[in-house]
Amino acid sequence: MTSIRANKHLIRLLSLAFWLLIWQLCALKVGKELILPGPLAVVRAMGALAVQPKFWLNTLTTIIRVITGYCLGVLTAVILAVVTCGSFLADSLISPVIRTIRATPVASFIILALLWMGKSNVPVLMAMLMVVPVVWENITAQYRATDRDLLEMAAAYRLSKWKRFRYIYVPSAFPGFLSGCLSAMGLAWKSGIAAEVLAQPALAIGSNLYYSKLYLETPDLFAWTAVVVSLSMLIEKLIRKLLFRGVGYEGK
Amino acid sequence: MKVNDLWFSYENKPVFKGLNLEIGEGITCLMGESGIGKTTLLKLIAGLLEPQKGSVDSKPEKISFMFQEDRLLPWLNVRENILLVSERRKEMEQLLEELEIDGSLKISELSGGMARRVALIRCLLFDSKMLLMDEPFKGMDGKLVEKAASIIRRQNKPALISTHSLDEVKALSAKVITL
Repeated sequence: MTSIRANKHLIRLLSLAFWLLIWQLCALKVGKELILPGPLAVVRAMGALAVQPKFWLNTLTTIIRVITGYCLGVLTAVILAVVTCGSFLADSLISPVIRTIRATPVASFIILALLWMGKSNVPVLMAMLMVVPVVWENITAQYRATDRDLLEMAAAYRLSKWKRFRYIYVPSAFPGFLSGCLSAMGLAWKSGIAAEVLAQPALAIGSNLYYSKLYLETPDLFAWTAVVVSLSMLIEKLIRKLLFRGVGYEGK
Repeated sequence: MKVNDLWFSYENKPVFKGLNLEIGEGITCLMGESGIGKTTLLKLIAGLLEPQKGSVDSKPEKISFMFQEDRLLPWLNVRENILLVSERRKEMEQLLEELEIDGSLKISELSGGMARRVALIRCLLFDSKMLLMDEPFKGMDGKLVEKAASIIRRQNKPALISTHSLDEVKALSAKVITL
């Protein structure tokens, strides 16, 4: 078992090394840091950024914005899912709105939101808006797939509406909630950062991405992008741990 | 209880064309070949299916139904599954002991026969005036069938039980209706 695990780690490390090598070779071939900086240049840029207190302040502010939007989105999605699953009228009213939100380009929302609210709130709203449809859709799909046999059992034993909700519908929809939460995290990051790039609030990773592009500091652009990717992966792992272990979920 | 001129079909497949039956007190076993409509009849009596025509008269208001599948909630343990339909904790513990089931087990930890016994206890403890049971002894060996049958007998409730086995009929000391 241990040797299989060690082999898997080795293969993963070798794959990472392979792509870093390809990247470095491409950078050498291009020969211009302005167009394609190599991994070493990006690491250097990251090191230079990391020693500045402002880097940490920018990163922390972005994390707070994205997480706030994400949590608000998950909360809204759960409330909407309960409402739409419980009432056909509510479903008919709300579903088209959520589906429209999902189909609308995030840039349209960002531009519109910039007219309505302060710069620093736009990324929060965008993260929230992108999370709601994903989590809602996952919960409602699982709710609709609730085992008919269990519902028939509930009818035979005359379980109250509350018991059906608490002991059948909620556990049935829970895997959908989990997978929705996990897929939505990546979207929250992407939309939150995109909103920061367009809104340029005072402290934000997105604003720094924009300035890097503006001042042609391509290694910085790559470095900020690497920060976003790492944070997204790290927080997704944290959420996975929190949801799966914290709740003690063991599957159906 | 009387089944009067009962008509029922699944889409284009007719199951009953004017079925008439009289089910008396005590335990009655429902026999007949697979697919003849034993489960359908039990569900029609329980009100889980609506007949196209006809009626089931003089049936008690509250009926306990044991399905052919165990239909236990996999996210609850044995005790929680039973307590979902009944508050009778003391009797539950007694029955669990009698049928040799550990109440703290998860449903995924039960064998087929154990899950069947849990479904049986749940059915027996539900506050009802009649038992409808669809192959309640499935997956149980001879000794357990005897034990479970004696527990069913001591409920002193009218029961309609579908089965394929004459040994089970004997263990229940039941009358037989063949469909």
